[in-house]
Amino acid sequence: MCGVCGCGTESHEHHEHGHTHNHSGSKKIIEVEKDILYENNLLAERNRGYFNAKNILCLNLVSSPGSGKTTLLERTLTDLKDKYPFVVIEGDQQTTNDADRIHATGTKVTQINTGKGCHLDAHMILHALQGLKPAENSILFIENVGNLVCPAMFDLGEGERVVVMSVTEGDDKPLKYPDMFHTSHLCIINKTDLLPYVKFDLDKAIENAKKVNPNLEIITLSCTSGEGMTKWYDWLKEKSYAYNEAVMS
Amino acid sequence: MHELSLVMGIVDIAEKEATKAGLTKVEEIEVDIGKLTTVEMGAFDFAWKQGVRDSVLADAVIKINRIDAKAKCLECSAQFELQQFFDACPQCGSHFLDIINGREFRVKTLTFAD
Repeated sequence: MCGVCGCGTESHEHHEHGHTHNHSGSKKIIEVEKDILYENNLLAERNRGYFNAKNILCLNLVSSPGSGKTTLLERTLTDLKDKYPFVVIEGDQQTTNDADRIHATGTKVTQINTGKGCHLDAHMILHALQGLKPAENSILFIENVGNLVCPAMFDLGEGERVVVMSVTEGDDKPLKYPDMFHTSHLCIINKTDLLPYVKFDLDKAIENAKKVNPNLEIITLSCTSGEGMTKWYDWLKEKSYAYNEAVMS
Repeated sequence: MHELSLVMGIVDIAEKEATKAGLTKVEEIEVDIGKLTTVEMGAFDFAWKQGVRDSVLADAVIKINRIDAKAKCLECSAQFELQQFFDACPQCGSHFLDIINGREFRVKTLTFAD
């Protein structure tokens, strides 16, 4: 592997790793070799350090609009609020509707409106955390802007990325939006109560998701009927324990 | 349309390098963009025109190196070029891959006019 930029091995194409040099005295070339998302990634690592220090399990929820992220949160917060201290950051282009829904469950929440923006970034989360001041050992949900493209590139400092899709969408969604499924740790397939009424091949959807990311964990559930919710709650429990142990050791 | 955020990231890097070097005008910028990154080139070009205004990059020529995506199969060690994240290993059909190239997204060089 190239020791300077970390690119591949045998297929490595030769390129110069020089330093600043002058050409005929009139131009100055600077070899920058800097990741364009460097600033975001640096802030994301700062957030991650903050979460580690305070034993906070941070989950970044991503999906297309309407897949049921907010409903999933509402139900989860209502069912588990006595078990874990939860905090929520809501990301939407406009309105505080989602934050209002979360607030109604009695959970501490802050809303980020991105205006014309299509994603949350680590800088927004940093500032939201300053206002929220999440307690130690809490579980922080970040509900990202409903968009399966842009948020994929922006690390927020989360411990786990959870992509939510629903059976009212196409079973080829993971193939259409591979970046998001590739960078996620868990995929929740929601609205399974509607399976008898829609043309959605569950096995095919799981197969497609696994093609993009063979390590992706999958949970199928319905926030309406409650089917499969315990699998999600078990996953949360396991992650919060595993997380706390990893941080403590 | 996150491409504008990406362009602003590039402008930020160029501005910082310019300040460090005490220079004001970039003639050429070389950028690596891997083919697996979520960058839509049409949107990027559009965002570039707007984003570099009044910056050290305002008159810069941008040279974009599109880096081919390459992966190594974790099952049989075959190396191959891939077009999509969901491509299978052509030798054994596995999807367990180590992506070697294609996710690059960095500013490589800046050429300043004196």
